[in-house]
Amino acid sequence: MRSDTFGITVENISVTYSNAHLALYNASCYVQPGTITGLVGPNGGGKSTLFKTIMGFISPNQGRVHIDGLSIKMAQKRQLMAYVPQADDVDWNFPVSVGDVVMMGRYGYMNMLRIPGREDRKQVAESLDRVGMADFRHRQIGELSGGQKKRAFLARAMAQNSRVILLDEPFTGVDVKTEKRIVNLLLQLRDEGHTILVSTHDLASISTFCDRTVLLNRTVLAEGQTADTFTDENLSMTFGGMPLKGLSSHASTLSSPVKPSYE
Amino acid sequence: MNSPMAQLPLLDPMVQWLLEPLQAGFMVKALWVSAFVGTVCAVLSCYITLKGWSLMGDAVSHAVVPGVVVAYALGLPFALGAFVFGFGATVIIGYVKSQTRLKEDAVIGVIFTGFFAFGLVLATKIPSNVDLFHILFGNVLGISPSDIIQTLIAGTTTLVVILLRRKDLLLFCFDPNHAKAIGLNTQLMYYTLLSVLALTIVTALQTAGIVLVVAMLVTPGATAYLLTDRFDHMLAISVATSVVSCILGTYLSYHLDMPTGGTIVVLMTILFAVAMIFAPKYGILSQKLNRHLPGAETRST
Ligand SMILES: Nc1ncnc2c1ncn2[C@@H]1O[C@H](COP(=O)(O)OP(=O)(O)OP(=O)(O)O)[C@@H](O)[C@H]1O
Ligand SMILES: [Mg+2]
Repeated sequence: MRSDTFGITVENISVTYSNAHLALYNASCYVQPGTITGLVGPNGGGKSTLFKTIMGFISPNQGRVHIDGLSIKMAQKRQLMAYVPQADDVDWNFPVSVGDVVMMGRYGYMNMLRIPGREDRKQVAESLDRVGMADFRHRQIGELSGGQKKRAFLARAMAQNSRVILLDEPFTGVDVKTEKRIVNLLLQLRDEGHTILVSTHDLASISTFCDRTVLLNRTVLAEGQTADTFTDENLSMTFGGMPLKGLSSHASTLSSPVKPSYE
Repeated sequence: MNSPMAQLPLLDPMVQWLLEPLQAGFMVKALWVSAFVGTVCAVLSCYITLKGWSLMGDAVSHAVVPGVVVAYALGLPFALGAFVFGFGATVIIGYVKSQTRLKEDAVIGVIFTGFFAFGLVLATKIPSNVDLFHILFGNVLGISPSDIIQTLIAGTTTLVVILLRRKDLLLFCFDPNHAKAIGLNTQLMYYTLLSVLALTIVTALQTAGIVLVVAMLVTPGATAYLLTDRFDHMLAISVATSVVSCILGTYLSYHLDMPTGGTIVVLMTILFAVAMIFAPKYGILSQKLNRHLPGAETRST
């Protein structure tokens, strides 16, 4: 029924890895267009797996994904999807510069030889500027700090100019200032109409920028407006058994229907 | 400088060392064929080292043996048999890996040795005038015109394919997920890279031979990787070290009566060792020195 709606529709996904580990089962959720949706769950809860399924990197053994009503393949062909990988999925010793990486975001718009045109160069320069990495464009990608690496790949996603952007743990290992900066960029991108799905372990910051939240532990346990979803009960269900003292104090303030300050 | 050939003996020994072999037609051929092969191998080796496919290169090179034997027996071009079996082996490797819980290196090890052994058995049982020693170790000094043509076709095809797809292939090596995300057919690129790998091995077969071809496919790229952080520089350095090794190796093998393939590979390995020790940024020496400087940046593992 949702295959003609915008946003990301995940219907009843199950993923089994080759070692027979069932990483996700019957996971369904909906990411509204033009929102930032936070994806929260414990380590091994299947966040990256869900991302890779949505991006079409792994194929689920059951279920379907639609992006703006299109199949994953069609969405890829139309440059609708960008992905910012978790840092350990990248070969940092590869002989490419920051500028090269960001330019890769433009390949989908170029002819077969991938010779950048004026528009491509402009987009790359703008994206680098917006993430504050213009001075680093000739650096080899391994020679960056953790936060700079994240920003470089965010710039690639921005240069791609795709409607949907998925970010896998963009805040891991970055300092408060860089996190703020990335959050601000995400808010800007949302206001420009992008649909953003972001996984994070920083539960405290979720209510400050995520319009909606999806709680995931091998399946989707709860989803909806952050204020409604981010409750004590839901969190302890998601993180099961984990002492939630520190979190619940956040969660209880969050569960009150205060609008995040950014809105 | 422009001294006519008649004055050859008067030239200084170095020049004579270089010019004298050129009077033999087979040496002229051997020199430019090996320089061509060196170029093709060097270009591909940049992709192979970055993709981590060295073992795959070794596998393909060994897997071509039965193809060469069958081709000779049927009177077909050796390149055809070699390509079919080399590429076929990679497809089988991919299939077996996807159907079993074995790790890729185990699958590669099983399949290529199986192909290789099958080729050895075939070579002794199928009546043909194929010289097993030449397949195994190459014979560029005695290369026949038809072999040259096959080498040229395989090598040129490789260069053209890589030239046209070089950006996509590089992206595929670096970040196949992103390649997929922007709608590229990564399955097709996987098989494209495998087929140019098989074609390159066909190209180098007559020069280096099956046993040593993997060195030509890996060493130039590995050497260049130690010397630069930019892919275009890596390509240039790889080609330069490879072509120098091929030409000098062919000369040395002529003058000192050594096996050509072996001599070329020894030179490549020497260049690699020099780069490994003296590379300005990633060499052992500079890493040792940098370790004592505060704030020195190194490519960490
Ligand atoms: N390639 C793989 N092969 C086999 N099992 C895998 C693979 N990738 C992930 N898994 C398993 O699937 C489960 C979900 O992993 P996933 O990476 O999706 O978790 P995550 O929520 O992203 O965790 P984290 O917060 O640590 O990033 C884990 O139990 C993991 O061990
Ligand atoms: Mg993860």
